[in-house]
Amino acid sequence: MQRQFFSWFHFKESFPDVASGFWLDIRMFLVAEILILSFALVLAMIRSLRGPAFFPLRAIVVTYIDIIRGIPMLLLILLLGFGVPALQLSGVPTSRIFWGVAALVISYSAYTAEVYRAGIESVHESQRMSARSIGLTQVQALRFVIVPQAIRNVIPALLNGFVSLQKDVALVFVLGVREGLREADIYNARTFNYTSYVVAAVLFLLISVPVARFTDWYTERDRRRRQAMST
Amino acid sequence: MFAAKQKWTRVLVVLGALALLAGACGGDEAEGVDPDVSCEFADLNLVTAGTLTVATGEPVFPPWMGVGDDVFDVPESKTGFEGALVYELAAKMGFADDQVTFVRTGFDEAIAPGPKDWDFNIQQYSITEAREEVVDFSQPYYTTKQALVSIGGTAVIGASSLSDLADARLGAAIGTTSFDFVEDVIEPNQDASVYDDNVDAIAALVAGQLDGIVVDLPTAYFMTAVQIPEQGADGIIVAQFEAEAQDPDNYGMLFADGNTLVSCVNAALAELEDDGRLEALEDEWLEQGGDIASISE
Amino acid sequence: MTSPKLEIDSVSKAFDEKVVLEDVDLSVGLHDVVCLIGSSGSGKSTLLKCINLLVPIDGGNIVLDGEAITDPGVNPNQVRQRMGIVFQAFNLFPHMKVIDNVTLGPRKVHGVDAAAAADTARNLLDQFGLLDKADEYPDRLSGGQQQRVAIVRALAYEPELMLLDEVTSALDPELIAEVLNVIRDLKTSGMTMLIATHEMGFARDVADQVCFLDAGRILEQGPPAQIFKNPAEARTRQFLQRIVEAGRL
Repeated sequence: MQRQFFSWFHFKESFPDVASGFWLDIRMFLVAEILILSFALVLAMIRSLRGPAFFPLRAIVVTYIDIIRGIPMLLLILLLGFGVPALQLSGVPTSRIFWGVAALVISYSAYTAEVYRAGIESVHESQRMSARSIGLTQVQALRFVIVPQAIRNVIPALLNGFVSLQKDVALVFVLGVREGLREADIYNARTFNYTSYVVAAVLFLLISVPVARFTDWYTERDRRRRQAMST
Repeated sequence: MFAAKQKWTRVLVVLGALALLAGACGGDEAEGVDPDVSCEFADLNLVTAGTLTVATGEPVFPPWMGVGDDVFDVPESKTGFEGALVYELAAKMGFADDQVTFVRTGFDEAIAPGPKDWDFNIQQYSITEAREEVVDFSQPYYTTKQALVSIGGTAVIGASSLSDLADARLGAAIGTTSFDFVEDVIEPNQDASVYDDNVDAIAALVAGQLDGIVVDLPTAYFMTAVQIPEQGADGIIVAQFEAEAQDPDNYGMLFADGNTLVSCVNAALAELEDDGRLEALEDEWLEQGGDIASISE
Repeated sequence: MTSPKLEIDSVSKAFDEKVVLEDVDLSVGLHDVVCLIGSSGSGKSTLLKCINLLVPIDGGNIVLDGEAITDPGVNPNQVRQRMGIVFQAFNLFPHMKVIDNVTLGPRKVHGVDAAAAADTARNLLDQFGLLDKADEYPDRLSGGQQQRVAIVRALAYEPELMLLDEVTSALDPELIAEVLNVIRDLKTSGMTMLIATHEMGFARDVADQVCFLDAGRILEQGPPAQIFKNPAEARTRQFLQRIVEAGRL
């Protein structure tokens, strides 16, 4: 039984394929994360704009966030990955990796935008007022004064999102993409040995555990620093 | 669903092969023929004396039975691979055409243990160890081949050799014989894409992400006749592969457990095989008289 | 006679049902220093924020150099660039060094290039005794230093008018003087200022005009000598009496 889950032979045998699939996971993760962090920030900033002039923009963003957060990630991946290319619109890419990553970006941006928004709202109103008083526009006030403080407040939450995304990247396997988890799956289907899953798990852990430790360390350091500041 | 079924099939075939090795006792007779069973017409073990009662599915469909505009779901038309085969087997055993009767059963109910009110059942049953425990099978009358399915306008249309497929974007369902076939036999330059099931693979094909899907030939018929048209595209069987997959599915006729008739059907089947009729039937009905290209190397 | 720098013309403001400013009229001449006095909640702070357009008014007009800045067509960002406002709680940007706090407005709003903005900022900081703090973060400074930086930040884009909102209220007593001295210097330099304050002694010294606000209305206004020595209104006398008893005059 133990050999079913861990055999050194199968570990070595499945490692190259699973690792090369995992490398694809990492590349997709990095591209997606950069896009998510930027796009979500734009969403959160739009959502934080005030005044009736910005109502239509705000409404669009709120609708977007509500809808996207209500759709299961897997459904979105299938919808974009198979559905959009099947429309055969000219100029629209058909690449599975493109649409898989796009689905991740669209979905995670909605969640991440809410994280940013919580951060923006945690910055005291007087900062906004102060920024506006020196003549900055709403967008300038957000960009130069509010957002830099907001991001610092939500770095732990953003890092949690990193860990979560790093695992969810594997979901693009449903589109036929041979990333790490899928390679492990293939090996298992061929040999009926689960060691390939252990290989995949180890690789995922190698990334997520350090990030989790870093998150805790950062949160603790930030807490201490704030305590020091308030005394 | 499909993937899971095939996965288990493979385990069982492997187990079955081991069992055969262990219990090999050798014999000169045609496989599956018991010399103690008399196959004289009068001695045949039949549910209705003088009549061969053959069970099949409801409905039956091309290319297995009832092939032609006017004979859809008419097993008595003697058309289709299984339809024609039944009458040729019956003839070998001494039945006239009008002594063959068809009855209909569900696919799963026929596998259930217990007495049957038909002599044998034919509707593409794969021979598996689990099924062998409750029913008996004839020798295989068909061994599935791998085929390449696509839609119009893809790069694989017209492919006639494995090297034509070197740059193709191919896909298959995980855990299937077909996937291993792509990896081990076709060996395209670009790794084959892997899907949970054929439905997902078809979605990718229709989305333009694949040039072709590799499945076994019977599945290819189902895909091109039903599944791909459902997605609004035209399915094409580009070719079938001559090379045999590692653990192909074998189709056998199904009998009630312990029915001695199986021995006589096996003897008749062996004759059809020996005189080349079985292969001729396969050519005629399953390869559409050679309309489906064959890729041998 | 020249027209006033700033004219407030029957301005009203209510938050929900609560009236905070009612029919306020006030005129501030060029180079004048006007002090707003009155108890907490009398509307001083709100009036300053209304002038800076941080709080929209419900009725009336605010006129700067003859232009009604409360008209709907006016760009509030351009109006704000002409006046500096300093708050009770300093509100420095904690993630920026002192020098960056000061140069942010000139660079981003007025398009001054970074080097020139930094030069101006250092000159101002020097003038207010803060040059050695230029590269510190605000949380390393004392309250008095932070408030002086806030004043410098407002001065950095050369406003025509300064609005000071209780700028000494959050400071320890020993730090108040350094901030008040800065404001005296500003008066000397001719800056037009509108100052909400609790420091009656300071108001008496520095103001050209003193306005007593009570429940959102200007109850009494005049030169400091008149308001402090001879208030006409009973409410003003009561208020000043309390201040004297608290030892702040």
